[in-house]
Amino acid sequence: MINKRRTFIKQSLQASLLASIGANVVFSKYLPEGINLLGLDHETKSFPGKSDLLTVLNDRPINIETPAHLLNDKLTPNNLFFVRNNGLPPTSIDVDNWTLEISGESAEQTKSYSLQELKSRFENVSYNLTLECGGNGRSEFNPPAKGNQWTTGAVGCVKWTGVRLKDVLNDVGIRSNAVYIGYYGADTHLSGSPDKTSISRGVPIAKALENESMIAWAMNDQDIPLLNGHPLRLVFGGYPASCSGKWLTKIIIRDKVHDGQKMTGKAYRTPCSPVAPGAKVDDKDMCIIEDMPVKSLITYPKTGAVIQQSQKLPIAGHAWTSSDNITKMEYSIDFGMSWKPCVLSESENKYAWQHFEAELTFPEPGYYEVWARATDTEGNTQAMLLPGWNPKGYLNNACHRIAIKVQ
Amino acid sequence: MDNRHINTEPLWKLFISLMGLLVVACLVLFAYLCLQKPIKNYLNKPTYSHKQLEEMARKRAIQRDKERSENWNLVEKGIHVKTGLKADPNLQVVIGACTSCHSAQLISQNKATRQGWKNMIVWMQQTQGLGDLGANEGIILDYLAKHYAPKETGRRNNLDTEAIEWYILNVEE
Ligand code: HEC
Repeated sequence: MINKRRTFIKQSLQASLLASIGANVVFSKYLPEGINLLGLDHETKSFPGKSDLLTVLNDRPINIETPAHLLNDKLTPNNLFFVRNNGLPPTSIDVDNWTLEISGESAEQTKSYSLQELKSRFENVSYNLTLECGGNGRSEFNPPAKGNQWTTGAVGCVKWTGVRLKDVLNDVGIRSNAVYIGYYGADTHLSGSPDKTSISRGVPIAKALENESMIAWAMNDQDIPLLNGHPLRLVFGGYPASCSGKWLTKIIIRDKVHDGQKMTGKAYRTPCSPVAPGAKVDDKDMCIIEDMPVKSLITYPKTGAVIQQSQKLPIAGHAWTSSDNITKMEYSIDFGMSWKPCVLSESENKYAWQHFEAELTFPEPGYYEVWARATDTEGNTQAMLLPGWNPKGYLNNACHRIAIKVQ
Repeated sequence: MDNRHINTEPLWKLFISLMGLLVVACLVLFAYLCLQKPIKNYLNKPTYSHKQLEEMARKRAIQRDKERSENWNLVEKGIHVKTGLKADPNLQVVIGACTSCHSAQLISQNKATRQGWKNMIVWMQQTQGLGDLGANEGIILDYLAKHYAPKETGRRNNLDTEAIEWYILNVEE
């Protein structure tokens, strides 16, 4: 019954399109068999391997973020880790016959590895690496920036297990003119067109050769969830998460900056020089984002807590940076007029988030906001207002705020 | 003459009491006959645990959601329930052109001026395989610019204290 109705709707919509714009059927040629107008499916849904408590920004492509208070664990549980999909995840995955090809202008040869070969031929390593979407915090920009309107939850830190990317690249052989690596994955373009890639990004060769740059198959000692790239993905801490290709099938070593889908135009780029909010920026004046800025998140308590003035309020959270370390963590309960220190943990390894705690007292009943800011090895800290406006709304590291009422 | 006086009063009283009992018995019988079914139902009524009741409520909610989403034309508070888009006479044109690749949520999340929407459409045409929208382009842009226009929020918005779910936090000492 439901299906019939959908088919009917599909036909009538196509018919009305045909009638109104002649031969130009905008999308129907790309509409795969059995898939109707999925944008019409606005029911509440759950997603494989993901908790229902996450916030769904978009169900096709799947984009879901984690509310701040659900990120309180030291390592983010797999079912709470955010999802940023650009296309459609592969529908059938044959782990036994999965291969990763390494090739490209600056590769000495073209070579393929099965998953088993990767696991047995190279040293297996584990790192806790924070991944954050370049557009995390986009929803706050004014004028509004285009794309999924992430608030604070496109971030997580897990224990990744796999091999070092550099070990595999060296096994293939890197020519001296290598500049960049680019990836391809098994996901498909939203339009269903086989000639289109949903996303194919990468990193400069120096980043690819860092110790912590990984080809990973496990997240917190379990298979990576389907929506996060099972059975194989790249992981680069400190760079926009879009560099860390999912459902990884191919890496190419390039003799120029990789020019795959979402490497060019305005995608994952910010203006090369600062611009006024709302400015029109030509594509040629947009530069690729590399290092992500220092940032932190208050994960306890959940915003909206009402407490008694006699109570001390414990707070907790995490802070992360693309530089070596977070060196200082502070909080303010007076809208940034004064800052007090938090207790800060050491980092497990580079790009792992560090944890902070503090115990707050409030001078009198009333409405408060707890603000948090981190400072890293390079002395960089977080803005309290929105940092540099950019057309696509990347790199918002303004301090996190939660609301508290004291009675 | 027999002067013995027979006192009939107790007999009368007995008689009236008996009649009263009879009436009451009839009433009870009548009431029982009428209420037989509801009483039986009540006695046989299963009792539910808190968990079961929650589960039943959840099932009802899912059923309600399903009924709502199967209702193609349902509009609640100005929102087209099926897609989450703002209701409008031209909504069908937008749905037809804009929901085949991605969900309508990608549209309703975004806000832009007419020119900003035009730029997004051009970007999708140049890079994402969106076709020429022909005469519908103007209709679609009018719809988007009207219902999904930017709001001025300054350099940073206030925390939305209306939307926050306030809760009592008992901090353990
Ligand atoms: C041929 C497929 C297709 C159709 C039809 C289509 N889009 Fe898109 N659109 C895309 C893709 C692909 C993206 C990128 C999605 C992503 O990266 O998550 C996108 C992104 C967007 C975005 C986010 C913009 C950004 O910069 O990320 C908006 C808003 C949007 N589409 C609106 C629309 C509207 C309005 C229409 C109808 C005129 C439409 N789309 C029709 C393919 C399409």
